Amino acid sequence: MSRETLIDLLYLVAATTFIVALKALGSPKRARQGNLLAAVGMVIAIVATFFKHIDGHPLHHVGLIILGMVIGLIVAVPAARLVQMTAMPQLVAIFNGVGGGAAALVSITEFSHIHATHPATYVTLEVLLGVLIGTVSFSGSAIAYAKLQELMTGRPVTYPGQQIFNALFGLGALALIVAILVSGATALLWVLLALSFILGIAFVLPIGGADVPVLISLLNSFTGLAVAASGFTLGSNLLIVAGTLVGASGILLTRLMSKAMGRSLANVLFSAFGSATTASSSGGADQRPVRSGSPEDAGILMGFASRVAIIPGYGLAVAQAQHVLRELAEELESKGIEVFYAIHPVAGRMPGHMNVLLAEANVPYEQLLELDEANSELQTADVALVVGANDTVNPAASDDKSSPIYGMPIIHADLAENVIFLKRSMRPGFAGIENELLYNPKTTLVFGDAKDTLTKLVAAVKAN
Amino acid sequence: MGNVLLQYATVLMLSIFVGIEIIAKVPSILHTPLMSGSNAIHGVILVGSMLVLGSATTNLEEVLGFLAVILATLNVVGGFVVTDRMLEMFKAKPAKASKKDEVAS
Repeated sequence: MSRETLIDLLYLVAATTFIVALKALGSPKRARQGNLLAAVGMVIAIVATFFKHIDGHPLHHVGLIILGMVIGLIVAVPAARLVQMTAMPQLVAIFNGVGGGAAALVSITEFSHIHATHPATYVTLEVLLGVLIGTVSFSGSAIAYAKLQELMTGRPVTYPGQQIFNALFGLGALALIVAILVSGATALLWVLLALSFILGIAFVLPIGGADVPVLISLLNSFTGLAVAASGFTLGSNLLIVAGTLVGASGILLTRLMSKAMGRSLANVLFSAFGSATTASSSGGADQRPVRSGSPEDAGILMGFASRVAIIPGYGLAVAQAQHVLRELAEELESKGIEVFYAIHPVAGRMPGHMNVLLAEANVPYEQLLELDEANSELQTADVALVVGANDTVNPAASDDKSSPIYGMPIIHADLAENVIFLKRSMRPGFAGIENELLYNPKTTLVFGDAKDTLTKLVAAVKAN
Repeated sequence: MGNVLLQYATVLMLSIFVGIEIIAKVPSILHTPLMSGSNAIHGVILVGSMLVLGSATTNLEEVLGFLAVILATLNVVGGFVVTDRMLEMFKAKPAKASKKDEVAS
């Protein structure tokens, strides 16, 4: 067997591990092995590539390649290992963005390498698509990162005529591609690069709040497509298979995620969600009376309950209060009070966020109830304790047709006899929408940092 | 050349269907790890980056290729490590649940 055949065979092995791995990632039991398997496949592909011959020569610049890898390793491993759980989504965004950037660079470099030989039109088209998609993914991910890391506002950024502007940017990029193909003016490639960069930013700016994770999933899919495009240019089946797998599954995953929020993908991407209503609803609403209480009051209320439902949200993750929360639950259980957690599929800033967070605090898996089950159990609960959640318990989603979150399935905390709402302030939640539940006569608000309040609650429950 | 293109197009089409089929039924709690895992998989662009740097002949190509290798390595390594960290916490569940049972019994 020749050297090149052997390498291609190893690439086939790697591609197969990617398929098996993606399949495994869809099952809770095998997900972790799946990820490891894909990593093994990746190592096989990388090592095999070192032995590849290009145009009859072994790989040049092997030292530079290794140096680049070492730099990447030194940066990536600590970043990925040390970052807080709450910062996971933005980390995924940035790792996705650099992948898109790499795909664009590969396309450009390969083009610079071959364009003297006057490649066929379709090769040029692949290059241009790779540059366009990869760069959009790069700059878009950078903005998504800045939004989640709160380097800029997390809200949708809008300006008059934005949709038209964005449409013009998009059409402009396509027109430029056609122009380059027809005229063969390769210098325009750099113009396309700049335009794609701006397009990525302009496309992402109006998307904000709870929609950002959906956006990251879409950009992830884009990077996959950009990788597939470079695969065409380089003539690599491995890149085509892996890139297309991610591209196709990513689009489907993005749709599943927006469905979990009760909205269409188009609505997520183009409606500048939640930006308009903040202004209109906050004016009249914040004057109304609310009932607030001390942690002690809340502790007594819970002490007399026989069933308590805990509804966690992003605030729990921010306050890192998951361990205290479990302590509270255990304290209640020791008094014979039944406790369950009502988990909204998009609570937190990524799907499954709450499951991960509570698992970290060793909360028993069987106490976590999913949306439908939680809502039917809530009817018999005496107290619903809302910790750091807001939009996912907002009744406007089912009552108010004009609300931007109308149609999103929510956890009906108000079904319980009493609602205790732990809140830092009266500020609206991530999506920027006023929450009617705060004004419900059943609701007692306890202001303060979640961790602090929960610690006091544990003491209060212990005391009575 | 046309034949080669057709072969790549075949691979492309089959991969699209495999990609869609593979994740048709995924519980919502696994959406994020799945996204992160597939994020690591498109880090295979590192192989492409190695190939372009490995065949670079001008300074411009060398610089661009070198940058591509760094970015792609970040993507691969970061992607797999972050995904593993996420899934590590999922794995903890059954173990803790059974420990709980032992205490209870």
